[in-house]
Amino acid sequence: MYGRFRIQYKGFNMADLKLNLNGLKLKNPVMTASGTFGYGLEFQDFVDLNKLGAFIVKGTTINQREGNPYPRMSETPSGMLNAVGLQNKGVDYFIENIYPLLKDINSNVIVNVSGATISDYIATAEKINDLNHIPAIELNISCPNVKEGGMAFGTNVCSAAEVVAAVRKVYNKHLMVKLSPNVTDIRAIATAVETAGADSVSLINTLMGMAVNVKTRKPVLSTVTGGLSGACVKPVALRMVWQVASVVKIPVVGLGGIMNAEDALEFLMAGANAIQIGTANFIDPTITMKVIEGINAYLDENGFTSVKEIVGIINQA
Amino acid sequence: MKKIIDFTVRDNRRLNKDMFLLTLHSEELPEMKPGQFVNVRIDNSPHTFLRRPISVHDIDMNNGLLYLLVKIAGEGTEHLSQIRVNEKLNILLPLGNGFTMPDTGKHLLIGGGVGVAPILFLAKEMNRKGLSPIVLVGCRTKEDIVLQETFGNYCRLLHTTEDGSYGETGYPTQHSVLAENFDGIYCCGPEAMMKAVARYATQKNIECEVSLENMMACGLGACLCCVTETKEGNKCVCTEGSVFNIKDLTWQI
Ligand SMILES: Cc1cc2nc3c(=O)[nH]c(=O)nc-3n(C[C@H](O)[C@H](O)[C@H](O)COP(=O)(O)OP(=O)(O)OC[C@H]3O[C@@H](n4cnc5c(N)ncnc54)[C@H](O)[C@@H]3O)c2cc1C
Ligand SMILES: Cc1cc2nc3c(=O)[nH]c(=O)nc-3n(C[C@H](O)[C@H](O)[C@H](O)COP(=O)(O)O)c2cc1C
Ligand code: FES
Repeated sequence: MYGRFRIQYKGFNMADLKLNLNGLKLKNPVMTASGTFGYGLEFQDFVDLNKLGAFIVKGTTINQREGNPYPRMSETPSGMLNAVGLQNKGVDYFIENIYPLLKDINSNVIVNVSGATISDYIATAEKINDLNHIPAIELNISCPNVKEGGMAFGTNVCSAAEVVAAVRKVYNKHLMVKLSPNVTDIRAIATAVETAGADSVSLINTLMGMAVNVKTRKPVLSTVTGGLSGACVKPVALRMVWQVASVVKIPVVGLGGIMNAEDALEFLMAGANAIQIGTANFIDPTITMKVIEGINAYLDENGFTSVKEIVGIINQA
Repeated sequence: MKKIIDFTVRDNRRLNKDMFLLTLHSEELPEMKPGQFVNVRIDNSPHTFLRRPISVHDIDMNNGLLYLLVKIAGEGTEHLSQIRVNEKLNILLPLGNGFTMPDTGKHLLIGGGVGVAPILFLAKEMNRKGLSPIVLVGCRTKEDIVLQETFGNYCRLLHTTEDGSYGETGYPTQHSVLAENFDGIYCCGPEAMMKAVARYATQKNIECEVSLENMMACGLGACLCCVTETKEGNKCVCTEGSVFNIKDLTWQI
């Protein structure tokens, strides 16, 4: 009897999933990763967008980009390589045509901003700063699929700090900076970005990789190299999140290979304040809802009252 | 509205050395159009991470049945070929735009290899509208020809084989039926074949739609992995296709 009562009691008294990410208020720690969730609208048949902690829309640039030629994708064991190359219609198109569709969604809509030059980043961030219903940008200094800019900024301490400081001057809402894993010491970049004025960091972007077609004796991707994502990158991502969380004071958003609630919990326990789900959306478009429920169930079952209690818990004595 | 449904396998029939026909059941089967496709999750196949796009071969709305015609191309489809009756299959559907359904006219439907999969549903719907479609199937050899009787119910059925073992010898674009006049051509098959058909249709000034089979990751228009170049820039094959009018593509033909 007592057992049954407890289960019912727990059902009503759910753990607190809310958190404040350095000013950015989230209903729960689950966000979607840029480039894997379109503008959110593509997933409306499967996901109640209002229930997401946040969703991060496609990489947006100052001008329209056609992206890289096909083939842009290759499946790998437990993952995939992509070389989309930031195809998007540009920030003005976003503001005129997409923003009106998103602005009344009761979640945090975050725009992922990319550029080839610092002035591109500044111009795009300035335009998005004017949008009332966009509480944050995620500065993508880590895209491996563009020839210039992108990852070039995020793999060097000086240029990473420079672009973040420049955007910081014109952007006065939450500035999240997305880090590249394609570096020797991600802690150095994270610290530089923090000092330059980032409000939070998210990591990891994709790992640079490639694939060869032995039948044609040619690279599979039109760009030869591409970005690896999906389940296979999780151990690397988790390690980097743990490393970064132990050196920065700003919140850390962890991602890379999260396929279910348990994966998400691993990131939180390693020090991520919140998480993002990327490639997993392709395989199960409802995955974000399941992860939110799964995190909640874990907290309830293990007697935690707030998700904050498990953040970085592996470091506790 | 798109759905994710756990279908129950009712039948898995091997048709020849590398093709099989799946009969799947669900009470929730949504309405679908010829040329649309579904995204199948293949579980317990170690190297199959993403879903696999497969055309709607046929549907039976009254009985909640979905038919998929599949050719073994690699590990995922090999694994799928082993699925047994009563097992579940998780499917995302319906996806893609489908073929344009004409109201009148004489139409030629061309399928190459497993490209015949969406052609059956199209022929059936045209037949239901009283359009008397002609279906031309191109195969390498006689053993590759499948489901002749089923197709025969809905159309005038013609064949080419590359080795001459059945029907006329050669490729579909070499078949004598092409001497007739058509108002529309619908085609699905290997890209080289679709391009040859597109060339013929362009020369004869016939409306022509092709169904592209680009590699896909999401099937929902979110990842932009599947794009094809069109006269209006890159378009998603999964949402703005998979069916395209050849006039919109930038094929060099
Ligand atoms: C819209 C659409 C409709 C399709 N309809 C059918 C159908 O009705 N019946 C059917 O048998 N097949 C169909 N295909 C092709 C089918 O998706 C692939 O054969 C399948 O994904 C191969 O998976 P695999 O794991 O067996 O092979 P893999 O080991 O992944 O690949 C084997 C070979 O198949 C090719 N391939 C892999 N993925 C795709 C893909 N997404 N599209 C095309 N080729 C691919 C690759 O070139 C590779 O060389 C369709 C594809 C698309 C895009
Ligand atoms: C198809 C695709 C497109 C992506 N586009 C972007 C992008 O535009 N901007 C960005 O910052 N990250 C982009 N990413 C990276 C993801 O947001 C994420 O960092 C990465 O995929 C790792 O997470 P995952 O393993 O959960 O997918 C993309 C990833 C994929 C697979
Ligand atoms: S497969 Fe993802 S956009 Fe088409």
